[in-house]
Amino acid sequence: MNQDAVKDLLVRMADDVLILAHRHSEWTGLGPVLEEDIAFSSVAQDKLGHAQALYAILHEHFGMPDPDVMAFGRAEDDMRSCHFVELPNGEYDFSLVRHLLFDASEYVRWSALRESSFEPLAKLAHKIHGELKYHLYHAQTWIVQLGSQGSEESKARMQSALNAAWPYALGLFESRSGDADLVASGFFPGEDALRAEWEVLVQGILEKSSLTMPHDHAAVLGGRDGYHSEFLAPLLVEMTEVYRIDPSATW
Amino acid sequence: MATIVSLDPRVTRMEIEQDPGSAPEPKAELDQFPTFEVFHQERTGAHHVHVGSVHAPNADLALLLAKEQYGRRGQTVNLWVVNTRDVVTMSAGDADIFVTTPEKTYRDVGAYMVRNKVEAYKKQMGDQKS
Repeated sequence: MNQDAVKDLLVRMADDVLILAHRHSEWTGLGPVLEEDIAFSSVAQDKLGHAQALYAILHEHFGMPDPDVMAFGRAEDDMRSCHFVELPNGEYDFSLVRHLLFDASEYVRWSALRESSFEPLAKLAHKIHGELKYHLYHAQTWIVQLGSQGSEESKARMQSALNAAWPYALGLFESRSGDADLVASGFFPGEDALRAEWEVLVQGILEKSSLTMPHDHAAVLGGRDGYHSEFLAPLLVEMTEVYRIDPSATW
Repeated sequence: MATIVSLDPRVTRMEIEQDPGSAPEPKAELDQFPTFEVFHQERTGAHHVHVGSVHAPNADLALLLAKEQYGRRGQTVNLWVVNTRDVVTMSAGDADIFVTTPEKTYRDVGAYMVRNKVEAYKKQMGDQKS
């Protein structure tokens, strides 16, 4: 197994979900209605759990630092998250669109990983499949409501949020030099294959929502090489504030 | 104009003016979503049990939000939601219809003589075994 390629894949997957979990959690207490506030916060909690599970695999099987150090102890240029998950929440329209595009990608990715030749990853994929199905159901229900069943204003806002999010969302599928080895060994299907499947899934949901899928955009890249948007550094300061007081503390 | 500085960084980032200048708009009455009653099923084959209600603009969102309000802990296999308006109920003033029911002990299961027969049968089976 190409260990460097495996680490690259698992770290970027974990970092994406960690950073988005933090962004989602910023809605806690500020959500549009009480029930949705709780639901969105629960999704954030699940996401954090997925990041932790990936960091645990990296720790146990590939000798990387323990999950807390991976999550809270790295400098900005050691992070491998894409710009999409780093962007501020904006209004709820953007947060919901990002939730949909990200979770459609997670659903496609983890569904495929159930067949991974790397057993710990395949087991994790089976375990979290129901959660991801719910995350996608949650996102899809809102998008359909606000797109095809809402007002002119809600539809227009969802479409412009979608247009703004799109080039960033494509950054989720940046191929890396080691990926070919992982595809050959059946570790995962490769970013291009995942993106193609994702586009079909998203297209179907957007049609139900009377929204138009943007196209002909270049992906916003850089995060996988440690070049981040201006929004990641302040996020890390806030996210690691308690950890940095005493990294050895136990909870 | 000075803005609110809070221990919660999210509140600080909103740049809310410390002195808003004018009083906030009063909230419209009855601006909430309607309610849906939620029924929770713990195991396959078990009854759906009424567990509470949820605010939502329609049934699809009610089911979605019920999942999180009533299915976030313990065991769940299924949920139902029903618009509260669709629940047909007796008037609270008609509770007197039931006032004498507790006196009708001949309808209680305890009044049936089946129990004696069952006990006798069990004893008989026990005797045969020994």
